[in-house]
Amino acid sequence: MRFMVMVKATQSSENGAMPDEAMLAAMGRFNEELAQAGVMLAGEGLQPSSKGARVRFDGASRTVVDGPFAETKELVAGYWIWQCASLDEAIEWVKRCPNPMPGESEIEIRQIFEAEDFGEEFTPELREQEERIRTQIESEAR
Amino acid sequence: MADAASGARETRRTIDAVWRIEAPALIAGLTRMVRDVGLAEDLAQDALLAALETWPRSGVPDNPGAWLTTTAQRRAIDRFRREARLAERHAQVARELERELAAAEADPTAAAATTAQTGDDLLGLIFMCCHPVLSIEARVALTLRLLGGLTSDEIARAFLTPRATVQQRIARAKRTLSAANVPFEVPAGEHLAERLPAVLGVIYLVFNEGYSATAGEDWVRPELCEDAQRLGRVLAALMPREPEVHGLLALMELQASRLRARRGPDGTPVLLNDQDRSRWDLLLIGRGLKALDRAEALSDGGLGPYALQAAIAACHARARTPEQTDWERIVALYDALAALTRSPVVELNRAVAVAMAFGPAAGLELVDALAEARELAGYHLLPSVRADLLERLGRREEAYVELTRAAGLTANERERALLLERAAGVAGGGTAPPPRAR
Repeated sequence: MRFMVMVKATQSSENGAMPDEAMLAAMGRFNEELAQAGVMLAGEGLQPSSKGARVRFDGASRTVVDGPFAETKELVAGYWIWQCASLDEAIEWVKRCPNPMPGESEIEIRQIFEAEDFGEEFTPELREQEERIRTQIESEAR
Repeated sequence: MADAASGARETRRTIDAVWRIEAPALIAGLTRMVRDVGLAEDLAQDALLAALETWPRSGVPDNPGAWLTTTAQRRAIDRFRREARLAERHAQVARELERELAAAEADPTAAAATTAQTGDDLLGLIFMCCHPVLSIEARVALTLRLLGGLTSDEIARAFLTPRATVQQRIARAKRTLSAANVPFEVPAGEHLAERLPAVLGVIYLVFNEGYSATAGEDWVRPELCEDAQRLGRVLAALMPREPEVHGLLALMELQASRLRARRGPDGTPVLLNDQDRSRWDLLLIGRGLKALDRAEALSDGGLGPYALQAAIAACHARARTPEQTDWERIVALYDALAALTRSPVVELNRAVAVAMAFGPAAGLELVDALAEARELAGYHLLPSVRADLLERLGRREEAYVELTRAAGLTANERERALLLERAAGVAGGGTAPPPRAR
């Protein structure tokens, strides 16, 4: 099963502070370990929300809101995609991650949906449609 | 009380996760030290038991891997001392262990410096688990158990084998390794070239068992594919200079990228040309192509068999529609693969590619030659491919006969259903003939 593992933003990451050399080295070692164990599939750091935007939907209307965004702790500063045998394994790996930020920080683990996860109530037609929509988004994001 | 109980449950889950992560390196390190994989696993299990007793009270230690190693080493020292009368060589090992332990205790930061050692240990364990002295089944079971961190139960379920059989297989494999005095080492030079194919073969067999289940009702078992991909990634990290290691990884990532498109909504298989390509996994395709690049960059001569198969899979992965497939390049790659492997199965695939590139008549000629050679008698894909080409040439009656023959030869329920459905289709008129009884 796969997980998206998100490093939450902090005041300093939102201010655009770059990690120091020691942090980069520690994170490099951790990434190396993940790769050696065959766990890491992808991972990137994200620029501060001041360089991003949001699009709000309400019925048919779309409103663009430019960053930065206020609720810092809910923002994402970086992510990995991992393949693990269980949520517990993912948790155990996250515990081994160096603290990604100076001071307090948080990492959130979310399981990625696989087609098998939708139970009986998810009809074949719906499931197929869902898959198609999602992969279309992925191919357009490329 | 309820809190204590749920805390204990949580610790138990943590220990399971720690075990899954640490067991391969732990067992590999112990095997290097005690030179007996069965004993190494016993010691590791002892350490796991100790963790189950201790951690719920003391909490999970900061470095659980080091804790397990230290505990297992202490158990080894105790055990060897008890058995000292029989074991001059064990006493020697115990002294080495003691030195290593003392060094680790004197300088805890040295643990970080042993990453390279851990890598060598893991490689040694991989080559031991895939040693030619073992049967193929034993290699697979031992590799999944010791390197994949799977339990005997999980292995039994994955291969539809009774648990007792898997346990016996593993126990016998450990005894065989011990009796044959198989050394714990990574083969070097020409020995490496001799032994590496066995390792790659075991990993690919696990992958294939997941990708195209040979028996039972399921068409694919994706967890087995994931286990094999993980092993492949581990091996690629440990042996970054070996082109075929990257070739195998590329092949598995590219094939796995099609997993979710290979099954229709009702679970029936969907063949390559009918797949909805927007459902292919772009992340895995990207990883597969990158691994293939690495394999190609490292190959000084021609590509090896895994890299060639990956290159063929890459031709499909790069085609956004079936019509964009570069069949002539695929034929050239199959030519190279057939020259390397001399396998009739590869020849059959080559015939399919030739039919796609140069028309069904050219393909049928090759398939007929294969059928005459009778090397593939009993292989359901031979009549299945032949039927396909006959159908495209308008020879529907012959195609019908071949499809029913293919259906009688496969052991996979879903594949049989698919073949019978196709037979009904070529019989035409919309009236399905009664499915052939088995």
